[in-house]
Amino acid sequence: MKNLALLVLTVFILGACSNSSNKQGGEKAGTSKVTLTAAGATFPMPYYNMVFKNYTSEFGTLLTYGGIGSGGGIRSLTDKVVDFGATDAYLSDDKLAEMPAEVVHIPTVLGAVVIAYNLPGVDGLKLSNELLEKIFMGEITNWNDPAIKANNEGLALPDMEITFVHRSDGSGTTYIFSDYMTKVSTKWADAVGTGKSLQWPVGMGAKGNPGVAGTISQTEGAIGYIGSEYAFAQKIQTALVQNSAGNYIEPSIASVSAAAKGEIPADTRIMLTNSDDPESYPISGFTWIILYKEQSYDGRSKDQALATVTFLDWLVSADAQGDAEKVHYAPLPDPAAEKAKAILRSVTFDGQPLLK
Amino acid sequence: MKLGKLPAKQFSQLLKVHQMNSDKITKGVLLLSSFVILFVAGGMIFSLVEGAIPALKSFGLSFIWSNNWNPTEGKENYGALPFIAGTIITSVAALLISLPLSFSVSLFLGEYYRGTRIAKILGTMVDLLAGIPSIVYGLWGFYVLRPLLIDLGLPNQGFGIFTASIILAIMIIPYATSLSNEIITMVPNELKEAAYSLGATRSEVIFNVVVPSARSGIIAGYILSFGRALGETMAVTMLIGNANIVPDGFFSTGNTMASVIANQFGEADGLKLSSLIAIGLLLFLLTGIINAIGKFIIKRMG
Repeated sequence: MKNLALLVLTVFILGACSNSSNKQGGEKAGTSKVTLTAAGATFPMPYYNMVFKNYTSEFGTLLTYGGIGSGGGIRSLTDKVVDFGATDAYLSDDKLAEMPAEVVHIPTVLGAVVIAYNLPGVDGLKLSNELLEKIFMGEITNWNDPAIKANNEGLALPDMEITFVHRSDGSGTTYIFSDYMTKVSTKWADAVGTGKSLQWPVGMGAKGNPGVAGTISQTEGAIGYIGSEYAFAQKIQTALVQNSAGNYIEPSIASVSAAAKGEIPADTRIMLTNSDDPESYPISGFTWIILYKEQSYDGRSKDQALATVTFLDWLVSADAQGDAEKVHYAPLPDPAAEKAKAILRSVTFDGQPLLK
Repeated sequence: MKLGKLPAKQFSQLLKVHQMNSDKITKGVLLLSSFVILFVAGGMIFSLVEGAIPALKSFGLSFIWSNNWNPTEGKENYGALPFIAGTIITSVAALLISLPLSFSVSLFLGEYYRGTRIAKILGTMVDLLAGIPSIVYGLWGFYVLRPLLIDLGLPNQGFGIFTASIILAIMIIPYATSLSNEIITMVPNELKEAAYSLGATRSEVIFNVVVPSARSGIIAGYILSFGRALGETMAVTMLIGNANIVPDGFFSTGNTMASVIANQFGEADGLKLSSLIAIGLLLFLLTGIINAIGKFIIKRMG
């Protein structure tokens, strides 16, 4: 019994020791090897996982990324437990004012939300904005509805119930999708609106992109929205969507990238949905990394701060962007990358810019 | 120094000291661990209540019976009724579906085929059911059960309250079965023999002697499994359809309290986060009430 008690005690003490030594290691790391911690959006995760690994093997800086969702990324930055956060929806002016210090947005890559469906043998479905509204509001409930047929001459649309599958969890994907719907449909704007999770008029929920994609591919007659990186990798049937120029556009790396060709504000906080570009896929958007503009906080070392911005500068450079397509994201067009670099050069440590 | 070389007197003295110390230490460790449990449980209640306060302040008690769950900014309103209804309907349905099955299996194992090889195999299988992770149940329901139900003409592509209830029923069978089985085995043989000697048939013995004397244990098993059904998350999420509405029928889609928390917690903040925590508090209370009812029944019957 005594031995057992001793053992328990030893374990506790050892545990406490290793904890404290970890902490010290973390704080001291700046002097030898820097570890950068980040957390946030799940949408760009495949891209981040790949380029973060590349950066570590090339430059030695250790990087960890937790895919805990955009909300979690913002929370983590607010609590100052990460070096930078990641989000699919930019912070509104109100949210920015609530943050403990000034926060800047760095766009890192472009993604899209595709309309995926499961109708065997029916490829290249064209959905006008009016059809999207009616399907997702529950006004059209069968695939052989005359309105869908009129828009898709030559396609053999079956007599089958439409099952709308949406996300059951809060998500940046839902935000981009609903932002587009709000822009193109006043009915949607009034009844549903924009948000990371919504009060859905119809349909059923599934968790995460894999959940929605799995449910659609297992359910004939299903339709839903999925992050493009997921849909491209899984080769799921996707619908052509009508952009503001009236063209039906297939989601692709090129058509998504085209959405960012227009004018972008200096702080890059813009939703790219329903872009003016005639070649653009209309449900596209940036994903951002967010960090504090003044990097000297909470006793952060200058090394840590410098490592953060140096990495981010690399992340928006051609070295990293060239890999985006490998994991089915669209790289930042040059003007957007220029803006990102300019923002990084405004990031300071004790008032002095970190990058030149 | 080896103990064997010690003089007998010294040895017994050492042993005595050792025993006294070990008694004290045992007592201390046990006390400490009980306090840890108390502390953790108390902390949970405290943080649930604290987190739920903003939601309960804005919506009042109507939070419990409001069916409007709207997370859209500007129109935010949260009501827990869809989830309370979904939880109770699926759990009760699961209990009703599992009742005849687990009751028969426990009689089979504990009475009819007691001690036989087939009972051992079946018993192991039932215990094995308890060990299967809930995600596996979910996947099985998604890929096997759901297509079957679609073929049978179930609406909503096989998603909904009914499908979730079936999976829940299968999941709780081992809990109800193994406890009632144990209790049934414990019914004294003298009682049964007395009944047999009076000329009772086997089924008369079972339903007039075994079941009544094992009643409280059997009911305790069902309450335990009901509690498990209330809190089950993963498998339900995959099959219930996750529509935040009060189900309008047994085949309707819906959502449960545990499922909505698991789904929405990651991206929630502000009032929504508080509402989810409030749902967690309600689930905690619901489970507490069910347990209290269970204890009351057992006490009255025992």
